Amino acid sequence: MSSTPTLPRDMRNTVLPGHAACHGCPIPMGLKVVGAVFGDKVILVVPACCTSVVLGMHPGTAFNGSVIHVAFASAAAVASGISAGLFKRGVRGVQVVAWAGDGGTADIGMASLSGAAERNDDFIYVMYDNEAYMNTGIQRSSATPAGAWTTTTPLGKKESKKDVTKILIAHGVPYVATASIAYPHDFYNKLKKAAGIRGFKFIYLHAPCPVGWRFDPSLTVKVAKLAVETGMIILYEYYDGKIHISGPSRPLLDKSRRRPLIEYLKFQGRFHGISEGELRNLESYVDSSWEWVKKFMQ
Amino acid sequence: MVLKSLTGNYAVALAVKMARVDVVAAYPITPQTTIVEKLAEYIDGGELDAIMIRVESEHSALAAAYGSALAGARAFTATSSHGLLYMYEWVNWVSRARVPLVMAIVTRTIGPPWNIWTDHSDYYEQRDTGWIQGFAMDSQEVFDMTLQAFKISEDPRVYLPVMIGLDAFILSHTSMPVEVPEQELVDEWLGARTQGFIIDGSEALIHGALSSPEYTEEFIKDMGKAMEEAVEVIREVDYSFGRTFGRSYGGLVELYKCSDAKYHLVLMGAWAGDAMEAVDTLREQGYSIGVVRVRYTRPFPGEELYKALSSSKGVIVVERGVSFGSMGPMFLDIAGNMLKYSRKLPYMRNVIAGVGGVNVTYKDFEYIAKETIDYIESGEEPSVMTWYHARRSK
Repeated sequence: MSSTPTLPRDMRNTVLPGHAACHGCPIPMGLKVVGAVFGDKVILVVPACCTSVVLGMHPGTAFNGSVIHVAFASAAAVASGISAGLFKRGVRGVQVVAWAGDGGTADIGMASLSGAAERNDDFIYVMYDNEAYMNTGIQRSSATPAGAWTTTTPLGKKESKKDVTKILIAHGVPYVATASIAYPHDFYNKLKKAAGIRGFKFIYLHAPCPVGWRFDPSLTVKVAKLAVETGMIILYEYYDGKIHISGPSRPLLDKSRRRPLIEYLKFQGRFHGISEGELRNLESYVDSSWEWVKKFMQ
Repeated sequence: MVLKSLTGNYAVALAVKMARVDVVAAYPITPQTTIVEKLAEYIDGGELDAIMIRVESEHSALAAAYGSALAGARAFTATSSHGLLYMYEWVNWVSRARVPLVMAIVTRTIGPPWNIWTDHSDYYEQRDTGWIQGFAMDSQEVFDMTLQAFKISEDPRVYLPVMIGLDAFILSHTSMPVEVPEQELVDEWLGARTQGFIIDGSEALIHGALSSPEYTEEFIKDMGKAMEEAVEVIREVDYSFGRTFGRSYGGLVELYKCSDAKYHLVLMGAWAGDAMEAVDTLREQGYSIGVVRVRYTRPFPGEELYKALSSSKGVIVVERGVSFGSMGPMFLDIAGNMLKYSRKLPYMRNVIAGVGGVNVTYKDFEYIAKETIDYIESGEEPSVMTWYHARRSK
């Protein structure tokens, strides 16, 4: 991911003006990249999540492509069905993308996701991770990091974040990657690469939510960038049995080049008042994530 | 045409194969399993050109079948009891999405306690989901009804999913002779799949987006209208099937020895055959009785039942299921629907029997009918709802 391609100009034609996202929402940022890769030759499968609202209300729409809104637990299963139906009918050149939040992926959607991955069904699954149930009002999910305030963890979440990417690697699917809305070129390249591979592709997309994380809506990209620069989120690809670290994260293999974690946390109201112990806990979470990545780079 | 010995489940599988489905998505549950095993055999053996999605749950089975149907494929799934309940969210989703699809329900008791035998609770619980619901009596009808289900579901006046009920083991695992038509004839009669809209990327379509109450109400009202139209479509399909294949069932309701009957047994499913046998014996004993066999419960055949039952001296509705705290679902449907045609209802009795798979034979039907008729003839009226409880009454 070293080269920096120019994103096609028409990426602005995919997510149309008038969408219903909150100020500073990362979702339209991510969807614009999806649009840049596939244009209108994409079928999004969207379970209950913020995107169900962001894309607008019938009879209007803010997405210039096809979208199937589906029941919460079922993005992967419906995508499997669409993919099979298109294949059987001989329809080619249309990309099926399941576009689900962390709740619809790490929690209620985990069984259908695991099923589709195990069957190696042919589509791309994007988990955009805003680290809680934002659409219903900031309730904790299994992807919420330890220490974070949510409306159902008023004293901070006690448990560590569930790392769905690791779970998908364990499925032995042909392509798994992590991405961030702060690095659209990187995300673009990963979507492109995934589209060229037959079978199940999983891309994790880190997507900071100003409303739920309690930061100023002008800082979304900055917060997302800090997540990478502090090493909290590691950008990589997994294929051919190995992790291949991506450009933005590569220098951070050297721990001394990572920014202190507190620089990422301090912008976010959800981490206000975390104890010293909780901070250490998060720091050791970051360290162990890197150790794990390094092992899989061999 | 060839005659084959088929279990109810194999009759489903063969009909699905002959309907040339494109995608099968299914998860195993007793006693549905032999349907999907047979379909897997057909597909892997090259007899059926279809994709099988071997999903990890029933919830995903219907979701995946839905996805492929939305993409323009003819799709099928099958389940039973707990599997059907597990996919309940999707049962509602598919009908509200107005996507043609066919599902077989091998009816099985709901637990606890664990019980794999037939009753109709699982099937009854789907009655407000917006699916067209049919229930077969024997393997031949299972075969015919499954083929017809695709035709009904894909009719532009309907565009609703269809579920076909068949009794666990009594039908699903019991072999009976089935007349199997030529494939060419099936192709010609069934035709290519039609559906209201296809999402395949050829144009940008959004489905299921957030909607206002007013639009939502309109969609739901349209579903109701489609369900009403389905009454005529089912009659037409039964008629055209008869003209092509030589078998008709009389539309939504089959009448057995009803033309001169004073009393009527009303029921659905495999045991209707036992009721007919009981009626033969009762007639020999001088009882004037016939069987009204309900083939479709959604749309509910109110008009047919009113015509068949309005001048009855006694209607006995026997059901393998109950709405707790109320009565048998079919009894309630009959009473309610007949009120559309007349304020005056005949005497009606609701007998709940065979729940949990308790075996009910022609002798039981003879007993139930005689008891009711003797009461009425002696000027007394038995209680409107009773449980015919095998363990306590024998």
